[in-house]
Amino acid sequence: MSLCNMAISELHELLRKKKISSLEITTQYLNRIKQTDDKINSFITVLEEDAVNHAIEADKIISKNDDFSALTGIPVGIKDLISTKDVRTTCGSKILHNYSPPYDATVIRKLKENNAVIVGKLNMDEFAMGSSTETSYFGATKNPWDTDRIPGGSSGGCASSVAARQCAASLGSDTGGSIRQPAACCGVVGFKPTYGRVSRFGLIAFASSLDQIGTFSIDTRDCAIMLNAVCGHDPADSTSAKLKVPDFTKALVNDVRGMRIGIPREYFIEGIDAEVLKAVNDSIELYRKLGATIVDIDLPHTKYAVAVYYIIATAEASSNLARYDGVKYGYRAKDANDLLDMYCKTRTQGFGAEVKRRIMLGTYVLSSGYYDAYYLRAQKVRTLITKDFRDAFEKCDVILTPTAPTAAFKIGEKTSDPLQMYLSDIFTISANLAGICGASIPCGFTSDGLPVGLQLLAKHFDESLIIQAAHTFEQNTDYHKKLPDLG
Amino acid sequence: MEFEAVIGLEVHAQMLTDSKIFCGCSTKFGNEPNENTCMVCLGLPGALPVLNKKVVEYAMKVAIATDCKVAPLSIFARKNYFYPDLPKGYQISQYELPIAEHGRISIDLDGKKKVIGITRIHMEEDAGKLIHEGVGEDTDCSYVDLNRACVPLIEIVSEPDIRTPKEAALYLKKLRQILVYLEICDGNMEEGSLRCDANVSVRPVGQEKFGTRAELKNMNSFKFIEKALEYEIKRQIHTINNGEEIVQETRLFDTSKGVTISMRSKEEAHDYRYFPDPDLVPLLIDDAWYNEVKATICELPDDKIQRFVTQYKIPEYDAEVLSSTKQLADYYEETVKHTDDTKMASNWIMGDILRELKNDNIEIDACPVSPKMLAEMIKLIKDGTISSKIAKTVFEEMYRSKKMPDAIVREKGLVQVTDSGAIENMIDDVIAANPNQYEQYKAGKDRLFGFFVGQVMKLSKGKANPKLVNELLKKKLT
Repeated sequence: MSLCNMAISELHELLRKKKISSLEITTQYLNRIKQTDDKINSFITVLEEDAVNHAIEADKIISKNDDFSALTGIPVGIKDLISTKDVRTTCGSKILHNYSPPYDATVIRKLKENNAVIVGKLNMDEFAMGSSTETSYFGATKNPWDTDRIPGGSSGGCASSVAARQCAASLGSDTGGSIRQPAACCGVVGFKPTYGRVSRFGLIAFASSLDQIGTFSIDTRDCAIMLNAVCGHDPADSTSAKLKVPDFTKALVNDVRGMRIGIPREYFIEGIDAEVLKAVNDSIELYRKLGATIVDIDLPHTKYAVAVYYIIATAEASSNLARYDGVKYGYRAKDANDLLDMYCKTRTQGFGAEVKRRIMLGTYVLSSGYYDAYYLRAQKVRTLITKDFRDAFEKCDVILTPTAPTAAFKIGEKTSDPLQMYLSDIFTISANLAGICGASIPCGFTSDGLPVGLQLLAKHFDESLIIQAAHTFEQNTDYHKKLPDLG
Repeated sequence: MEFEAVIGLEVHAQMLTDSKIFCGCSTKFGNEPNENTCMVCLGLPGALPVLNKKVVEYAMKVAIATDCKVAPLSIFARKNYFYPDLPKGYQISQYELPIAEHGRISIDLDGKKKVIGITRIHMEEDAGKLIHEGVGEDTDCSYVDLNRACVPLIEIVSEPDIRTPKEAALYLKKLRQILVYLEICDGNMEEGSLRCDANVSVRPVGQEKFGTRAELKNMNSFKFIEKALEYEIKRQIHTINNGEEIVQETRLFDTSKGVTISMRSKEEAHDYRYFPDPDLVPLLIDDAWYNEVKATICELPDDKIQRFVTQYKIPEYDAEVLSSTKQLADYYEETVKHTDDTKMASNWIMGDILRELKNDNIEIDACPVSPKMLAEMIKLIKDGTISSKIAKTVFEEMYRSKKMPDAIVREKGLVQVTDSGAIENMIDDVIAANPNQYEQYKAGKDRLFGFFVGQVMKLSKGKANPKLVNELLKKKLT
C-alpha cells in the first residue's frame, strides 16, 4: 500500500483507526525522497532523523488519544525561508548556506503543536526571487511531470515535493505568485491566504508588504486542514489580522449554485497559451453548468501590476536584505581589507545575479530624487489596483483567471531574459498588491501532459469561498487525482 | 560686518522604559555584552518588530509638555545604511508623519522669556556599540555589543530659533529639565542618555536668508556644546571674512583640542532611502488615549515656578532654583508644610542644603536632613530658642548626625541667652578685661564697637541674642 499517494485526510483516517503508524507513513515518505529527489531536487535539507523521532512522538500521542489533530504524524515539507529552530534555513542562498535560526517561525510552532512531522526544507529561488526555482544556490528543482522543465517558483520545491509525493503537504510563501504559479506548473493545490491571515514571524522577508505564507497540497481538503493549522493572529507580527479564523473544512461544500464568478477581461490577453486558455474556458463552462453565475468584470489597472510590483517588491527587498552583511551570521568573504571591502566582497560573493539585480533596482527606486517618481507613484497605483478588486467584488464573489500564461517552460528557457521571466507572474501579482487571497488548482493538462492551473481569487479574509469553489470543481473533475510518474 | 549665528538643535533622549522599543528585551545598562538581546534586536532573518506602547506614551508626554501637536496618525520609516552596530542594515525611525510637530519651549534669557520652536518629535531605535581592540596593530579587531540596539530614543528637533551658544545651552537645560521632570529620561549626557547635535550657520545681522550650515556632532556635555558652538561660529565668520565659502558638511567636536573637524561633506552624505516600514502598521492615537496620557503628566517647571511665587510669596529666582528638579521642589513643599516662613525655608535650602549636597555629591533624595528636621530648626530660630548663627551649628550637627534639632540644642546647651541681666554681666566682664580698647572707644574710635560685640558673643559661646547684645552694648558704652 503506497501511503505516499494518499491525501492527509485519508492518512488521518487510517491513523485514527490505528491501521497504520506515523512511523510507517514517515518511513515511506523518506524512502520516496531517497528514490526520487536526485531526479527533481526538491529538498535542500532532508531531516531524516528528526522526522523519525517526531513520527515516534506522534505515534505516542495517537496511541494515548482518540482525538488528535488532523496533522498529527503527517509528513510535511517547509520552504527553506521559514525559520526552523536549529535547522539550517538558507533561503536558497550562499549567503545563508550555513545559517541555523535559534528560533521557530510562528507557523512552525503551530505545526509542531499539531504534531506534524517535518521531513525537510524545500528548494526555492534565491530569497524567493524568481518564477522557476533556477536561481537557488543549491541547484535547480525540476518539474516531476517533465524533468526538463521548471517546477515554477519561487516555491518550486514545495510544489514539486507535493506533486512527487515526497511529503503530504508543504508550506511555502507567495510574494507575487510564488505559491500559485508553481502549484499550477506541478498540478497541485496552492493557496495564498489573505495578507495578515498567517503570521510572517520567522518568514525570512523578501518584500514584507507582499509576502504571505501559504500551503501546497494534493487537494482542497488537505489545503483546508493545513490552513486551519497555520492561520490566526500572532501578536509577534504587527501586520497579522486580529480576526477569528473559521474552520476551513466547513467550506468543503460541493455547491456553487448562485455563486457569482467574475471573469476579468484584462486577464484573457494575447500571449496566453492556447491549451491553457482552453482548459480555463472549459473550467468556466463547468462552473456555469454547476450553477454558478458567470459575470464579466473589469480590473482596469491590471496592466500596471507588474511594473508596480517590481518597484515595491524590490524597494522592500533592498532594505530587507541589507542585514546580510557578513557581520553577524551567514557567509562572510575572506581577505577583506577593511569594513567596506568586507561588505562588498561578502555581498558580491554571497548573493546570486537575480538577487543583486533586484537589490540594485530597489535601491535605485528609493534613492533621493527618484522616490516620488517610482516608489511613491507605485504605491498610489497599488491603491488603485486594490480599489479595482474592491469594485469587482461588488459584482462577484470569486474571480477566475488562468494562474499563469503558459504551462511549465523548459529549464534555461527564460534565465537570460529577466523580463520574460517576470511575466510568468502577470496573473498572480495583483492579488499580492491588493492583499487578497487566492489559490491555484489543477484544471487540465496540455497535449504534452503538463498540468494547467486555474486561479481563484476572493476578497480579504474570504478564503472559505475559494475553498468552496475549488472543492466543488474537484468533486466534478479528476485532474487533481493524476500523479506524475517518476518511476 | 557684524554676524549672527542661527542654531537648531537635534536632541536624542533615551527613554527610561524597562524594555526595548520593538522587543521585550531589557534596557538595563551595564549587563554582559549581548546579554539583553533576542532575535528581534539582533536583526535575525524573519524576526519582526512590535511597538512598545510605553515608548509611544513617553513620546506623547514630551510632545504635550512642549506644546506640540500630537499626530492622530503617524508612521515608522526605515533609515537605510550599513554599519556593524546596526543589525538590520536599517534603523526604524520616523520620517514623514512623526508622532508630534509644532511645539515650543521658552527659555529665560537674562530675565526675558524667549520662545524656541520645536519642529518635530519622533521615536526611533538606538544602534548597538562597537568595541575596538588593538587599533593600529596587526591584531586589531572590533566587537559588536547589541545590548543598546533597539533601546528607545526620541529625537526632538528645534526650529532654527537659537542665536547664541548660551541660548543653546539654556534650551538644552530646559529640555533636559522637562524630560527629567516627566521621569522619561535620566538626562545623563556623559553616559549618552541625552545626546545633542547642532546645525549652525552664520549670516550678516539683518539678513533674512540663512547661511550654509554645518552639522556638529559629539558634544556630550553642556560645556562642550557651548564651546563647540562658539568655536564653530568663530570659524564660520572667519571663513567668510577671508572671502571663502562655507561648505555644507558634518563636523565633529574634538573635546581635547576644543575645535571642530570636518567629518564628511554633503557629497559624502548618506542617502538614507527612507520609506515606510512595511513591518509596522500606522500608529493611531485617538482622543481618549491622548487625554489618558495627558492626565498623567505632572506639574512642569514653568507652572511650578509660577505657583511657588504666588502660593509661597517667594522671589521668582528662589522659585526657579527650588524647581530645578522635581525632587528639590517636593522637598521644599514638604518643608513649608511644617513652617510658615517660606522665605527662610527657601534660604536654607538654596544655601546650606544645596552647598552640603554639592560637597557630598549627592542628590536631594539622599539628604540626611529631612524637610521635617529643617522646618523644626526654622521654628527654633523663629521662636528665639536659637540664633541664626547658632542655627548654623545646629544644621551642621543635624546634617552629620541626623538628630532632631531640639535634641541637638538640648544636648549641646545651645539655647539662646535672652536674659538682659546675664548679658549685661558679660558686657561688664568684657569691658573689665579690655580696658585699653574701652579707652580708645571712649576717645572716639567707633569702629571698636564690633570688637566688643564679638567679645561678648565669644564669651557667651555664641548663645547670646545678638540683637540684645547690640542694644545693651550701646547703652553701656555711652
